[in-house]
Amino acid sequence: MECVFGLVGNGFAIVVADSSAVHSILVHKSNEDKIMVLDSHKLIAASGEAGDRVQFTEYIQKNVALYQFRNGIPLTTAAAANFTRGELATALRKNPYSVNILLAGYDKETGPSLYYIDYIATLHKLDKGAFGYGSYFSLSMMDRHYHSGMSVEEAIDLVDKCILEIRSRLVVAPPNFVIKIVDKDGAREYAWRESVKDGAVSTA
Amino acid sequence: MKLDTSGLESTAPLFGSLSSGIHDEISAAPSFALPNTINFDGFQKEAIQMVKPAKGTTTLAFIFKEGVMVAADSRASMGGYISSQSVKKIIEINPYMLGTMAGGAADCQFWHRNLGIKCRLHELANKRRISVTGASKLLANILYSYRGMGLSVGTMIAGWDETGPGLYYVDSEGGRLKGTRFSVGSGSPYAYGVLDNGYRYDMSIEEAAELARRSIYHATFRDGASGGVASVYYVGPDGWKKLSGDDVGELHYHYYPVMPSTVEQEMVEVTGA
Repeated sequence: MECVFGLVGNGFAIVVADSSAVHSILVHKSNEDKIMVLDSHKLIAASGEAGDRVQFTEYIQKNVALYQFRNGIPLTTAAAANFTRGELATALRKNPYSVNILLAGYDKETGPSLYYIDYIATLHKLDKGAFGYGSYFSLSMMDRHYHSGMSVEEAIDLVDKCILEIRSRLVVAPPNFVIKIVDKDGAREYAWRESVKDGAVSTA
Repeated sequence: MKLDTSGLESTAPLFGSLSSGIHDEISAAPSFALPNTINFDGFQKEAIQMVKPAKGTTTLAFIFKEGVMVAADSRASMGGYISSQSVKKIIEINPYMLGTMAGGAADCQFWHRNLGIKCRLHELANKRRISVTGASKLLANILYSYRGMGLSVGTMIAGWDETGPGLYYVDSEGGRLKGTRFSVGSGSPYAYGVLDNGYRYDMSIEEAAELARRSIYHATFRDGASGGVASVYYVGPDGWKKLSGDDVGELHYHYYPVMPSTVEQEMVEVTGA
């Protein structure tokens, strides 16, 4: 089942998500990228209902782009997080989106940051956060091993520890994970951790 | 008993002059012959009855070296009752795009027909064929807008566009996945079992068609809600083509011929009774 987690290090933030598309007992796809590059310096990792997840993250992405076109400056990570929360909150009493979001970004002024937004529109600024069944393992793992000012190597080491724990202790553990990073040089894919391969065509 | 598979035949060409090939970017205006009947209403009613709910299903599609292979069974069931053995579950959207049907037959048929209209309008407006990506997103966005309102659709959109072969899974929960290998319906776990095991990207068309047919056959063997005819379609650079439609009952004896069993003990007449 779904596992999304992330943490802030020294000058960067990392988010990790599983890449399984599941319907009841069937795994329809094991290379689905659930982390969207929101703009040049923002990442949005989402878990939740398949349709909502894609529709909502694309909606946020397009609106963040629209803001930048209109005003000539991008939203800060904090602004994007508050906007996302606002959209979830207005939808909540109409037709709620069932999506949980980790939003990571890097700003010149404030440096890296990570925001936790759940489907009932709770917003928190965190150093480390997680969603889904994987959170039971990754949260305690990060509580134990996280320290402020981690280097990329230390952070990836911790991420791999979390993935290993999920794979070995969670009954419904997903086989593959995608890791993305955002720092002063922008948001980008860092690596995949795959234990099964899907077809030849790469992800959408 | 032979199955009446006339319902599975391809309909009249979707666009008028198909003989000229679909290479012309804009096809001729569609036309079709009206059914030759006195009682048109009765004919329509009968035709609708033939394609009622298809609940239990096995459909699959996969991308390989030469294009996309699409296959499905043809059974429609209403609870325990088999209401039809000749349902066309592979819907011909246009000459280079196919949709598969799982879930509510009416929902699938209606929205695929609707998608066909939208694709044709796109073609006329933009003077080029719509991509599989675009077509699947049109459908997914419609289904997403109706989510939670009772639609039941589990479909794969397979086709060939400017970027090559395309395959998407789209469902009424609003999900849309790009992939190389999908199976949908109650028989899909069985089909996946055979398909995943035999799949290679560099298969020939013949090998791929046989894998698709066999996957459907094994699914119909284990899944009571799937059966009838295993139809196999291939989509290549020149559009789709129906490759085969075999009664799975006959396929069974083709794959597993009846062996004369050795008689271990002969019955003998009781003597002196």
